[in-house]
Amino acid sequence: MNRWTRRAFIGAGTVAGGGFLLGVAGFTFAPGRHTLVSADAANTGQLTTWITITPDNLTTILVPHCEMGQGSLTALAMMAAEELDADWPLVRVQEAPAQDSYANGYIVRAAGGQYVPAVLARGVDYGAYKMAEWFGFQVTGGSTAVRGTGEYGMRVAGAAAKEMLVAAAARTWGVNASECTASRSRVYATSGRSAAFGELAHLAAAERVPTSPALKQPGRFTIRGTSPVRLDIPAKVDGSTKYAIDFTTPGMLYAAIEIAPVHGGKLLSVDTTPADGMRGVKKVVKLDDAVAVVADSFWRARRALAALAPEFSDAGHGDVSTASIFAAFDRAVGAPPDVPKAAAKVVTAEYRAPFLAHATMEPMTCTAKVEGDRAEVWTGVQDPLNARSAAAKALGIDAANVRLTNFSLGGGFGRRLPFTFDYVDLAVRVARAMSPAPVKTIWTRENDIQHDYYRGAALSRHAGALDASGAPLAAHSKYTGGGNGEAVFMPYAIPEMRADEKKADHPIRLGQWRSVLNSQHGFFKESFIDELAHGAGKDPFEFRRALLGTQPRFKAALEKAAAMSGWGSALPAGEGRGIAICESFGTIAAEVVHVAVPADGRVKVLHVYAAVDCGDIINPDSATAQVEGGIVFALSAALLSEITIAKGRVVQKNFRDYPMIRLADAPTVTTAFLRSNAPLGGLGEPCVPPLAPALANAIYAASGIRVRELPIKNARLTKA
Amino acid sequence: MDITITVNGTEHTLDLEPDMPVLWALRETLGLTGTKYGCGIAACGACTVHLDGRPVRSCTLPLSAAAGKRVTTIEGLAPVGTLHRVQQAWIAHQVPQCGYCQSGVIMAVAGLLAQHPNPTDDEIDAGLTNVCRCGTFVRMRAAIHAAVSEGVAS
Repeated sequence: MNRWTRRAFIGAGTVAGGGFLLGVAGFTFAPGRHTLVSADAANTGQLTTWITITPDNLTTILVPHCEMGQGSLTALAMMAAEELDADWPLVRVQEAPAQDSYANGYIVRAAGGQYVPAVLARGVDYGAYKMAEWFGFQVTGGSTAVRGTGEYGMRVAGAAAKEMLVAAAARTWGVNASECTASRSRVYATSGRSAAFGELAHLAAAERVPTSPALKQPGRFTIRGTSPVRLDIPAKVDGSTKYAIDFTTPGMLYAAIEIAPVHGGKLLSVDTTPADGMRGVKKVVKLDDAVAVVADSFWRARRALAALAPEFSDAGHGDVSTASIFAAFDRAVGAPPDVPKAAAKVVTAEYRAPFLAHATMEPMTCTAKVEGDRAEVWTGVQDPLNARSAAAKALGIDAANVRLTNFSLGGGFGRRLPFTFDYVDLAVRVARAMSPAPVKTIWTRENDIQHDYYRGAALSRHAGALDASGAPLAAHSKYTGGGNGEAVFMPYAIPEMRADEKKADHPIRLGQWRSVLNSQHGFFKESFIDELAHGAGKDPFEFRRALLGTQPRFKAALEKAAAMSGWGSALPAGEGRGIAICESFGTIAAEVVHVAVPADGRVKVLHVYAAVDCGDIINPDSATAQVEGGIVFALSAALLSEITIAKGRVVQKNFRDYPMIRLADAPTVTTAFLRSNAPLGGLGEPCVPPLAPALANAIYAASGIRVRELPIKNARLTKA
Repeated sequence: MDITITVNGTEHTLDLEPDMPVLWALRETLGLTGTKYGCGIAACGACTVHLDGRPVRSCTLPLSAAAGKRVTTIEGLAPVGTLHRVQQAWIAHQVPQCGYCQSGVIMAVAGLLAQHPNPTDDEIDAGLTNVCRCGTFVRMRAAIHAAVSEGVAS
């Protein structure tokens, strides 16, 4: 990278990140940074911070988000290339490094930059700006990449770059810019003369940066809406993609680590002599909250660690259990909520959701090399800048002295977000003890399952009232485990709706898990509306549909999912369909699950139909993949997954006791997108929340048994 | 102790413990990082390689059990510069998301097709028990069927 002048940096706009931080409906994205020109731009062909065009006519687009399999790099590049009128085969994508110049927060405005291009002036949200400023700047989370960075950043960058290329061509040819057009990485004049972008790049870099480049109307898109192959895939089928766990550097050592089993516990003592003399062992490193063995191979480090018997304190939480946590939830929530006395019928229900782990396929891994007040870090995170700060903080050094290289992520799902960089924190502390040797700390699967930032457990009590005709009068809930306006929102026209949060603290470490609080509340609210429908003696689809008169997008998605599934048509005995609809991250997802519940109670999910309104879609094929993946991820959780606590510790250890579905259990998934042209919504997360309630509702339809507690594997689905 | 194994056609004599899993010898000693660590207990299949042509989970396979045998990893599945038909089908169907599990999945599928050139869905279910946390199963099944027809056609 070239040096960025402060002037150029301050001139840059920025784009929002940190959607997970707020995670509420109505979150507005701030303008995108679309500029601009580095000090030596004329020499390097660097047109904008995000787009490079080189003399060989290749366009390289720098994307400030992490690829964790969601296709963001490709989709974002498509959005820029569309406005640029680049020839897609000539486009390359590069993930931006962890440098301040790539910060995707509101850093420029925070720095006092006055320059906000007119086209970007919409959508500024001061609250979001403050949050982004506080949290760091390069987050991939909250399903923000396409709708934030893409919509407000990449498109503008592409459009601005094109205007500069056209201006350069017009100046060279002595014609008006209005006589020039761009197409497939060339600029054409009406005279028929043309030049490749690559030929014009050095001239274009000297052109004035447009402050309000014109964006294309949707009807003129030629790249968006197509499904070019994802750029990251070829390297993922031949084993050549490098993840953090694959990094190596000369002289590198390996560390295996045992962390205090009760979060917050401290290392009391460890006899290191069993590790002495074991082959390859370099050192036993005692940390405040962990013990690590450093060796010349990971397996040797792990074998030596297994020979030790460290003792840890329990931080005073040695009595905490799943039962004690739910008992506290029960007390906090108390009696079911009140409903109007005039009700002809009252329906009440209680739902429970367990703690969940992320269980990314690549366990947490971080390599670090510490030398004096400087450090180098190689890891995989959803926010490189914040991870760099975490490393600096752990070492007590300036963040500017930490160089961080980010790798492809072997899964994220929220595990690699800001404030959950314990694996970076631990790794740099181990490396400091071995300074100046680089040390790769690999978490075992057991470390990963037992030291996650979990999806929170929750309990919710509901009461609903129906009038004599079966119309709902009220739907009230009281819940623990956290919530927000988006998570508890119900789109239905019910005269009285209320959701009250009750606090019940516990010491289990929590984080953001794919779809965040929507994952619990989706199950609660969409199970309950189903129970209300059955209480009213009405079809669950028709019951919902009748309450969506003022919510056309919800109604359309619900109707689409029902139609796709053949809702209402006869099914064999023991099979059933369930429906649910949730909005999260600006996207409305309706799902119908078709399930079989045979006499032995072994649930088989046959087919899931998803109707998704995320406004518009960029790459239909990778968008579909996100829907499919979200559904399978949610299905594992709904059917199988739970983290339980005993003596303050996580009970589960590995994939045997924290199972997930396999190919044999995976349903057929049929996806449809409704192109409402609403503002772009996210896609990584929104298909998770409706799955569990649609499944529970389907099981009820198939068996008459209502599942109110997840995971479903614990439910008795055979009739006594 | 010296152990001799053949990896992707090349014979290596390694001074490693006989109980060290093949996974770590591949990754750390031979630098073949396409084979992944996922669980260490043969539960997820991210570490799948071929041992004398049969898919095995290398995270629990001791080096001693591979001595004198042929190990094939994702890097050696197809001749350099070419792709195995399973890899081709994986690209055509855009299967991978994060990609971390896919080396193991592709090795498992290639092994499955070597044993069952035209597998039934039940054989596919039994032959591919890997964990994919991104949930790419929907595409995996389609890609397997495509790879089968490719194999039948050629």
